[in-house]
Amino acid sequence: MSASKICVVVVSGSLERLQMAAMVASVGAVSGQEVVVFLSMNALPYFVKGNATKAPHEGDMGKLMASKKVPEFKTLFEQAVELGEARIYPCSMAMDVLGVEQEGLESYLQKATGLTKFLHDAQDGQVWTF
Amino acid sequence: MAEKKIVDGRGSFCPGPLMELIVALKSSQVGDELEVLSTDKGSANDIPEWLNKVGHEYISTTEAEGVWHITLRKSK
Repeated sequence: MSASKICVVVVSGSLERLQMAAMVASVGAVSGQEVVVFLSMNALPYFVKGNATKAPHEGDMGKLMASKKVPEFKTLFEQAVELGEARIYPCSMAMDVLGVEQEGLESYLQKATGLTKFLHDAQDGQVWTF
Repeated sequence: MAEKKIVDGRGSFCPGPLMELIVALKSSQVGDELEVLSTDKGSANDIPEWLNKVGHEYISTTEAEGVWHITLRKSK
């Protein structure tokens, strides 16, 4: 079985991109691949505990998805961790800018990490950017 | 004695039915037969692919009135 590592970088706050990133992370993780996710920029605020803001859609597809029973991207990220042992890292820079501490983020996220560590982690993997 | 479990993923979209199957597999025994119900055609194509990759036994897929029935056996 191919076990190449999947590194997912999520910077967008749009529904379609968050959804696709969550699908890659969850399906990859439950298929036996090592998955590492790095959340930064506009993607991070959705992982602040208690933030119920809906991600805005970019186009018609996102609008359609919002009206159908598509699994929520946050649920998929959580399943990636619980069912597939994915590791999801919040970007420490984005946390500083937002003014949020580790305890303020969803508990299934790993400890904050910086780009240096993530780039090191991504060295031997495929990188997917959303 | 192996039992047959129904995993009802009807109404959900990819990868919802797959995730529901994985949850059901966690609480199943090796040798158990499971049947996934899905109204999402993408999942009907994707689940056998996943079974093959991960190493569970894929038995069959049938479609009736817009519902796909994917039958499999937990192999490990």
